[in-house]
Amino acid sequence: MEMRKDYFADVRKDGLHEIGQPRPRLDSPGHVTGKTTYFADRNFPGMLHLKMVRSPHHHARIRSIDTSEAEKHPGVVRVLTARDVPHNVYTILILIQVGPEDETVLADGKVRWKGEAVVAVLAETERAAQEAAAKVKVDYEVLPAVFDMEEALKPGAPLVNEYHGQNYYLYDSGECRKVRFGDVEAGFAQADHILEQTYQSSPIEHAPTETTGCVVAPEGNDRFACYTNTQAMFFTLDNTSIILQMPGSKLHFVGGTVGGGFGGKVDVIVEPIAILAAKLTGRPVSFIYSREEEMQISSPRAAEKVVIKDGVMKDGRIVARKVSGYTDAGAYSRHSPYGAQKGAAHYPGPYTIPNVWIDAYCVYTNRTPSSAMRGFGVTIGDFALEVQMDKLARLIGMDPLEFRFINAYRDGDMKAHRQPTEGAALIECMQEASRAANWPVAEKYMAMSSYRKGA
Amino acid sequence: MAKVPVQFTLNGSETAEFIESGTTLLNALRDKIGDTSPKGGCHQGTCGACSVIIDGELKLSCLTLAETCNGADIKTTAGLAEGGVLHPLQRAFLDAFATQCGFCTPGMIVAAKVLLDRTPNPSREDVVEALSGNICRCTGYEPIIQAVLTAARANSQNAA
Repeated sequence: MEMRKDYFADVRKDGLHEIGQPRPRLDSPGHVTGKTTYFADRNFPGMLHLKMVRSPHHHARIRSIDTSEAEKHPGVVRVLTARDVPHNVYTILILIQVGPEDETVLADGKVRWKGEAVVAVLAETERAAQEAAAKVKVDYEVLPAVFDMEEALKPGAPLVNEYHGQNYYLYDSGECRKVRFGDVEAGFAQADHILEQTYQSSPIEHAPTETTGCVVAPEGNDRFACYTNTQAMFFTLDNTSIILQMPGSKLHFVGGTVGGGFGGKVDVIVEPIAILAAKLTGRPVSFIYSREEEMQISSPRAAEKVVIKDGVMKDGRIVARKVSGYTDAGAYSRHSPYGAQKGAAHYPGPYTIPNVWIDAYCVYTNRTPSSAMRGFGVTIGDFALEVQMDKLARLIGMDPLEFRFINAYRDGDMKAHRQPTEGAALIECMQEASRAANWPVAEKYMAMSSYRKGA
Repeated sequence: MAKVPVQFTLNGSETAEFIESGTTLLNALRDKIGDTSPKGGCHQGTCGACSVIIDGELKLSCLTLAETCNGADIKTTAGLAEGGVLHPLQRAFLDAFATQCGFCTPGMIVAAKVLLDRTPNPSREDVVEALSGNICRCTGYEPIIQAVLTAARANSQNAA
């Protein structure tokens, strides 16, 4: 590894002892010997297996649920429906006051996406639970469904989620999260060229090698140990406390070892129902997604649509940017209102643009609820923005890297969402990228600085 | 349900257990015998996390019925370190940063061991081929390949 110490040399205390030194990973010895304990490596005598009955429809009213045959199946210990869940309607971001509660632990009267959990079956063996789940009879009245964000936003579209009342998340700023900075129309009027492009992405599944799940063991005294691969331990504990109406002191969460997460294990899906099952049966419970469930049921990254309109001058300055961003939350909020909001702050990119207008929508459809994944709300936006930057550079006949130097944000620049830029390093990163990739730029760009005045 | 006896050698120790007929070797090892080093990533033979060595052959324990393993000699990653000393492959994985989440690691290591037992001086292509049935979703393939090549070199130096 090469350490370049000339960047920021005049503003950095030298004497770094750790940076640049290889250090052994603390968890590796466990990994290479097979001793690392993942949640599913815990096995308790008398452990029950939970299997979920899931909706085969994208959107349907539930007329009735008949669990009688499933309950009679050999090995079945308990069957759970919505009425067994103390606080069945929840939303995970309620912890940071992002409501309304809009999702059910087990479906109550309606399903809003194909794969939604309806009935939980607990049995002595995985096989018995699976067989019994197939015997649960749910009578559905299929409803019209909507799978496309544009269709969902049209008047008269099927209403996906009654807890919202319309097919978009209502922010305190209205139907979308808004950023207004300068005068974008004046910017377009002054621009030499205008380029408007639309970028779209599909949902992406994290596909961790270890599927989502947890193992719960009653500890006595109404306290439950939950061994889980959640990436959000306290977030899960607090939401479970709300859903089960149990004080947090009764919930003993054990985790931190995750067989691949990538953001896919931050929703609170398996723990509350598994702990409830352990509470109602008094027995240890294992709820582990099959590979099929991991691929079809767990939240993917949201599909996104980003419409970018830029005004650019012949000398390379971007003078106006208008962005409409759409995040497909699927049927429920989970982390998507937050992801869409992140997009709103991010769409100007790491560039200083004097006139910006941004509308970021979080849209509900009858698709699998989406949620967090590696820079959600930002990653797809970055793809769109940087493709747009290359197109703009081509439009004005400028080198794409030099074009980015001209527009790069630097310390002291005001961002569109009114955060002054501090600690910028984009100029220096691009200078090093120029050297490393042997993509030369004019000397004046190599003399620029993110923080030195005049440079 | 009626149980059937199975008896085999696991990492050098005689092991016997009563299991339900139809139990996979993966579930027998993990849930009955207590060796949780093979992992269940897909239970359909596509990810390689459950890989074990049966009579010198690399096998997917999620697709192997335990009752077909009577009398077999089974090795897993949990049995590779001898006397507390890491196997050269384990040492190489450690030194090369060839683990991330660690879930695929036990399967990767037994797959690599079968390769090196047969081909002590493999080419890079040999290593890639040998690990082609093992998925690392953290996408740390390059350090894993380097670790296997490093372990092969260490072995051949020791042998020389």
